[in-house]
Amino acid sequence: MKPQLLYKDTDYNLQQELPWNEQSLIQDLELEALFNAMALGDDFLFKVVKSVILNGISNDVTTILYRREILKDCIKNPAEIKEMYKLAISAIEKEKENFWGIFGNYPRSILSHSRHTLFMFADRLQELRTIADKHSGQFNSEGFKKFFYMLQTELTDEYLFTIRKYLKDSDFDKGILMTSELGKRNKGVRLVLNKFQEKKQSWWKQKIEDYLLYKAIKQKNKQSWLAKLFNVELTDFTFFISSYDEGGIRALSELEDQGLNLVANALAQSSDHILGFFKTLQTELAFYIACLNLYEQLLEINEPVSFATPLDINERRLKFKGLYDICLALTTKQKVVGNDLIAPKKNLFIITGANQGGKSTFLRSIGLAQLLMQSGMFVPAEEFEANICDAVFTHFKREEDCGLKSGKFDEELGRMNDIINHISFNALILFNESFAATNERDGSEIAGQIVKALIEKHIKVFFVSHIYQFANHFYIQHLNCALFLRAERRSDTTRTFKIVEGEPLQTSYGEDLYNKIFPEDIQV
Amino acid sequence: MIFTGILFGNNERCTKNKTIETEMPPCFVDLNLDQIIHAITAPKEEYNLTPFYYTILNSIDDIVYRQKIMQDIENTLYHPIGRFAENMCEMRKYLVKSEKFYYKYQQESCFLDAADIYCDLIETLYSDLTNAKVKSQGFLLFTKYLANYLQSESFISLREEVKTLKTALSSIQYRIRINGLRVQVVYPNAETNYGNEIETVFAKFREGAVKDYLLKYSDPEDMNAVEAQILDGVAYLYPDIFSRLDIFCEKHPRYWDDTIVIFDREVQFYMAYIDYIENIRQSGLKFCYPEISDSDKKIHAFETFDLALAKKLVEENTTVVVNDFSLRDKERIMVVSGPNQGGKTTFARTFGQLHFLACLGLPVPGKEARLFLPDKIFTHFEKEENIKSLNGKLQEELIRIYTVLQQATPNSIVILNEIFNSTTLTDQIFLSKKIMEKLIHSDLLGVWVTFIDEIASFAEQTVSMVSAVDRENQSLRTYKIERKPANGLVYALSIARKYRLTYRFLKERLNK
Repeated sequence: MKPQLLYKDTDYNLQQELPWNEQSLIQDLELEALFNAMALGDDFLFKVVKSVILNGISNDVTTILYRREILKDCIKNPAEIKEMYKLAISAIEKEKENFWGIFGNYPRSILSHSRHTLFMFADRLQELRTIADKHSGQFNSEGFKKFFYMLQTELTDEYLFTIRKYLKDSDFDKGILMTSELGKRNKGVRLVLNKFQEKKQSWWKQKIEDYLLYKAIKQKNKQSWLAKLFNVELTDFTFFISSYDEGGIRALSELEDQGLNLVANALAQSSDHILGFFKTLQTELAFYIACLNLYEQLLEINEPVSFATPLDINERRLKFKGLYDICLALTTKQKVVGNDLIAPKKNLFIITGANQGGKSTFLRSIGLAQLLMQSGMFVPAEEFEANICDAVFTHFKREEDCGLKSGKFDEELGRMNDIINHISFNALILFNESFAATNERDGSEIAGQIVKALIEKHIKVFFVSHIYQFANHFYIQHLNCALFLRAERRSDTTRTFKIVEGEPLQTSYGEDLYNKIFPEDIQV
Repeated sequence: MIFTGILFGNNERCTKNKTIETEMPPCFVDLNLDQIIHAITAPKEEYNLTPFYYTILNSIDDIVYRQKIMQDIENTLYHPIGRFAENMCEMRKYLVKSEKFYYKYQQESCFLDAADIYCDLIETLYSDLTNAKVKSQGFLLFTKYLANYLQSESFISLREEVKTLKTALSSIQYRIRINGLRVQVVYPNAETNYGNEIETVFAKFREGAVKDYLLKYSDPEDMNAVEAQILDGVAYLYPDIFSRLDIFCEKHPRYWDDTIVIFDREVQFYMAYIDYIENIRQSGLKFCYPEISDSDKKIHAFETFDLALAKKLVEENTTVVVNDFSLRDKERIMVVSGPNQGGKTTFARTFGQLHFLACLGLPVPGKEARLFLPDKIFTHFEKEENIKSLNGKLQEELIRIYTVLQQATPNSIVILNEIFNSTTLTDQIFLSKKIMEKLIHSDLLGVWVTFIDEIASFAEQTVSMVSAVDRENQSLRTYKIERKPANGLVYALSIARKYRLTYRFLKERLNK
């Protein structure tokens, strides 16, 4: 049984590795703000969204659409989603309370704890099915329909009754019977517990039988008339452990334990499997719970969201309207500037222009929208349409450490080398002021060579740069695949933070910024 | 001819009833043979192989007997013999163990297993030997011996009894019913496995691997009292099988064959050496079976090397330098000179090792070799320790060399390394010349490491060998020992350069 609320045909594995560059992605795209908004302080939710969003990059269009429909159902029925989520959590926590601690490693105690837990799980499963019985009609997505159908067919009343019966039978208060063979050194091996068929005896009949057998062994008299009278089987070999013989009692209980070993294991593993089901359910629902959290917050600050149109991985297409940086919106808690773009068959985007003109924000909004779209979520835009990609890389200028120029440039090329080690042809790479830690000619040459190699492989490249030589180098080639964007600047030198199409300009308006920061200089 | 052991041959020219040495030969330490033999025998300590390695053979027939056996092992028998040894080892373990058990039926079961291993290993060994198409006299005789043994009445009946008993015991099944403190052992009955039933009921939740909750029992081989009583119950249910087991153990307390047990130890002499040289061979160095003569003193070896040093260098992944030498016509003594640390002592050791190993009947380091069968190998290497006074040391040295010359025969080998260093150059030249005269006179074979050029070209019986330096950079040593006239001066300069003690170096250094 699998919930399959994130993938059509398999469970979500929370333990799976994150992309190798998760650190860079989180840092460069400022994802922490997004995750926090979705988790609302819940560590588990945080872990889930981090994993699902970062790994979303490997999803195909089918998975994206599958999740999208489920998410729509969630937005429609938040109460039911939250109820199921709570139910899963309660099952998991009750199981934890049953934790057996240090004395629990013996089959007998494993058996007893597992029975206990399984009785509890049976109740939770029944409750889950009740929800399915009541509410399945309100859900339209393929994912939920399948999930509820599974609950209703697999967890029937008869099945739950059978489980409970087996659990009751597994207390072995009537003794145990097992088959064994002679193995190495004539020791008993392959102990297999048999189903104990014998009827329960009243304790006094048991006592009489014990007494008769004991007598018979003592007197070596197997034809005792009393034994015949009580119909006691004497052809077998019988012996008794004295109640004073501590070693013997220990040995006997170990033997019993060995017999119970397999059954205890089977029950404990079944319990783990059901726990696994609840955990998967919890994980998969957690993602949607987190999405609901985000949805509510964006609604509050009036930012629009929409479901994106994912296009085939081999296409190169990008079109959006009102795309904004979701992290910026969440941090400032207000509406931020959105951008529009229509770029068919383009895979090189060079963004130049004013400092603090919104270039970095724009670059981040591209990466974020791509990640959100691919994890099956809504995107921060009025409209968004893009081909899916199989990896997102960020190569942002790092401010920290490295006083030495050569060291810093070295570090930049080192990170570039890592990216090239992991590159795939359907990747998206976002460069932010890369290779500027050297003089303009060298930086331009290296950046130029790298970008040329990348775009020839149809890799989608966004490059924010103030190196004029570099940008111009590509501009004068009039490449069909290239689009040049600029931070908008009005003639009165105010910035709109809008990114618009436009050729690279020689200066980056650093003068403006300088003048703004050192206003006294202007007066002089 | 009958089989008399895998170490010593059986024809009339072979040495009969050879005494096995238990003392380490005196030349061992100087030649680093102590390290080599220790490293060879240490992994197989239980076989006590060192005495075999201390005992050199005195007849060519003995040597050839071993060389052929070694070739058989190297060609086809290494793995079969290895398996045989492992099985014998296992069997001995079982025998030791069987005595340690407290309960009779356990002792007997263990003893039966030992006998079972024995029967199987004999059969395996025989079929391996026949398949291997052995060529050596030693293995041919041994194979014949095994063939007779396998057909003997005693072996056939032993095997028969073991197999039937094993099958009977392992087919026994029974049930145990525990209720409170009452335990019953009863005949088996078709029953369902309750654990499986539970698994089926919960199968639908099965997803991937989960933790294993099976308690791992340490499963000591010994039984506790309850198990022993249950086993008594099993014996009660199957009295026939258990009484046959009792009878078997009484009837065959020593079921094995002594010749095979001795073979098991002695054959390890060869196996240990093969194991030792394995990684040296892997590194590309060669071993060969030397041609041995007890009369002709024209000897040579190509691409040979010091075994102890090679072992160390190969383990450190360093290249090993190989050397050639040859003595022609009247040549008897190689005089080795040249820069320090140029491989002179190593060369002298190589020469000694080569002859000693050849006398054990083993393959020796080198691509090809023709060697002499010495009656004894004498060595005298300069000793740093026990310096009482300069005079005392020289005296001591002379006494030792005198003893050597007294004992040495024309068939001996003498290896001298940097002797008489404790006196003046004039004395050294004088003494060296004197000793050299005596050596030449006795017509023995030898190597002499020295820096005294005068004795290098002493007579037609001496050959001058020089440790070479790199042609381009004279301070680089190649560790090659080449046949050429001694010339001290060039090397002195190169050593000085290496230690930066030339004029130019010193001027530079002193200016700092």
